[in-house]
Order: sequence, then structure tokens, then C-alpha cells
Amino acid sequence: METLERILAEHPFLHGLARPHLELIVGCATNVRFNPGQFLFHEGEEADRFYVIRHGKVRVELFTPGRGPITIQTVDDGDILGWSWLLAPYQWHFDAQAVELTRAIALDGECLRTKCERDHDLGYEMLKRFAQIMQQRMDATRLQLLDLYGNSR
Amino acid sequence: MAIAAEKSQPPLHGESLAPALYRVHSIRRETHDSFTLDVRPQNALNTPAFAPGQFNMVYAYGCGEVPISISGDPADHRRFVHTIRAVGAATTALCGLKKNGTLGVRGPFGSHWPVDESAGSDVVVVAGGIGLAPLRPALYRLLAERQRYGRIVLLYGVRTPGDILFPRELKQWRAQFDLEVHVTVDRATSDWQGRVGVVTTLIRKATFDPNNTVAMVCGPEVMMRFTLLELLSRGVPADGVFLSMERNMKCGVGLCGHCQYGPTFICKDGPVYPYTRIASTFATREI
Repeated sequence: METLERILAEHPFLHGLARPHLELIVGCATNVRFNPGQFLFHEGEEADRFYVIRHGKVRVELFTPGRGPITIQTVDDGDILGWSWLLAPYQWHFDAQAVELTRAIALDGECLRTKCERDHDLGYEMLKRFAQIMQQRMDATRLQLLDLYGNSR
Repeated sequence: MAIAAEKSQPPLHGESLAPALYRVHSIRRETHDSFTLDVRPQNALNTPAFAPGQFNMVYAYGCGEVPISISGDPADHRRFVHTIRAVGAATTALCGLKKNGTLGVRGPFGSHWPVDESAGSDVVVVAGGIGLAPLRPALYRLLAERQRYGRIVLLYGVRTPGDILFPRELKQWRAQFDLEVHVTVDRATSDWQGRVGVVTTLIRKATFDPNNTVAMVCGPEVMMRFTLLELLSRGVPADGVFLSMERNMKCGVGLCGHCQYGPTFICKDGPVYPYTRIASTFATREI
């Protein structure tokens, strides 16, 4: 647990978090590992966790009939994956599959939600940090939608 | 930091307005709509010298003349290399040329990337789509004198894996231990093992010292705006960012006014600008 605490404390996503809050978060954390091709989650399943990717690469994809899986985005070292655990109805909207051997820290969503309900300061901190991730992803998605490089097949 | 984009010696007007005859030595298909032409002067042994970031006015006889960045090695004086995307009549005609086909070339024109001035700094090269073409000569120069620079990082974004320019060179560069190369695509099917996401997302992850970095950026203007925001938020000083602008260039020597950009002409004062020089017009509409 010491190691998890140190890794999480040094991660930019949790940088500056008060120590008691960090300890609450570490209490919901476990180390996980995914082999290439292994799914982290599937669309429609219960979103019961989020991931801090330590090493590796994960693709977030959407299966489309007739075209197969389309990769929306990849996440890799240092990225945060998943916010559906935070918002009802707590279901994944996409699939996530490891492209290569991926090591991550999984944070239990229900455990965190319970602690955030009990301690609203912690809840506000988590919301602020996830809002920033959402903003970055939304900006990136808008740029993708612009099809900037255009005139392509 | 205060590095100014270098300005080249302008050619004499009489010479600069008359195209010289060139022949296609070879043509290589890069993507489904982009080709790289190796062209050599018909009546001279060598091409005029050029600096990374400069462009030529390239004339498809009977069709039209277009500004095309030079994408070859500045140390090679036997040829001009142009990477052209077929988007209009003149560029389609140029891409349709065969070996020994003739074309006209005027140039080189414009300012260039501050390669020499970046000595001692980290250099971050950010390219979007065909924007890698005008940056490739800068990479050749940086790598030719690798020891003069700190970290060199290339961040390249394209639409799909099939749109990646110069894939063989990118693989070679990625294999080098003294160059960090990241490629990302906007969309991909599951057989693509690389990154998916916009090029701006790579800036947060790249390894460089923001306080001692020169950034060279070329791509669609919206991509450059968001790239600039990311670079500034990483702490790169505004005067360390250089952008290559594009407008409707015609004469190439600042006479006709078609490429006026605020108080400057892109063909003469650009295409490479320090961001600080165009900050007041960069995000202004209709300029």
C-alpha cells in the first residue's frame, strides 16, 4: 500500500491533494495488469472503476455494425481512463482494450463514491480533477470532429 | 529568448518573376492524394540554395502556378524536392507529371525556420498533415548537426494511418536514440497499433525543457492555434514559438498583395513567423 500511495501522490492527476484525502483514495486502489488484446471493460457493463495507466497502451473503441471496432482514442502512460463510474447510471459507453501489456492502478468506483458522499471536500476535489480531464477530452474530440486535415478518403 | 525568423536575401525581381525550366527526375506517391517530386534544373547544374521552411512558386505549364514548400535536404543542391497534395487544377496537374515532364520553378522565397538560432535549445517540431513537408528540411538540418541542440522532439498528427507522410523516414528517425518521435492519427480501425488522438495531446507528454525550447509548428491554422495554447500552457515562452502561415500567394515577392496578412505579406515576410510578430492577428477572423 505504501507503493500505491507514493505512485498516486506523485501522479499529476492527484497532485496537491490533502494527505487525508489521498489516503481515502489509496484505500480504493489496487494494482492491475492487462495482456495485449485483453479488455478492460465493455460497452454497457457496470462502470465500477477508473484507471490510472502506469505503463502500456489502451484503445477506447466503439463497435459499429458493418465496420467493426473503430478506435476513438488511445490512452497510455500517465493517462486517466474512465469517468463513467462518477455519473449515473454508472455504465461504460465504450469498449477499452489493451493494445500492449498494460499495468495500471484501478480505483474502485463504488468505494470512491461512498467516500465522496461522506466527505464533500473530497467529492469536490475529484469532480474538479475529472472536469479538467473531460474538458481536455472534449477539446480533443472537437478537433477530431473538425477533420482538420480534410480532403482524404 | 527573442529569436527572429531568418529572412533570406530576396532574389532580383526580373529573375524572380520568370520561372526557370525544370524536369521531373522522379516522382513518388506518398499517400492516395500526395506525391513527392524530385525536380532538377534543365539549364543549370545546381538549384539555388534554400533554407528550411522556404517555398517555390511551381508552375504547371498551361494550368497555373502554386506556392509549394521545399521538402528536401537543404544540403543537396542538385534538386528541389516538393511534396504536393492534389487539391486543385495546378496541383493535380503537377501530381500527374511523369519522369522527364517539364515544369517551371521560381524561388526560393520567404523566411525560414530558425534552425541556427535554436542551437543550445531543445527543439519541438509539431506537424499536422502535409505540414510535415516544410518541416522536413529543418529536421534534416537539425539532425545533420545533432550535437548543437538539446532534445529534439517530433510530434506528428494526421487523419488516418494511410495519410502518414514519409513513413520510412519516420521509422528511421524513431529508431534513433537522440530523437523523440510521436505519431498520432485522428481515426483508425483496430488494426492500427499506434496512437489515436489529436496532435495537441502529445505536447503534454513530450520530454523537453519548456524554458529552453524552440517550437516549430506547421499544419492547418486551427491545429496551430490549439498547439500554441498547449505549448504556452507547458511554459514555452511566446517568443520561442514559430508558425508557418499560408495564404493565397501569387507573385512570391510581395508585389501583388494577394497574401497580405495584417501589416505583412506572407510570401515575403513569412511564411515562417515568430508567434510574437503575428500575435495580434493570429486568431483574428477574416485576416
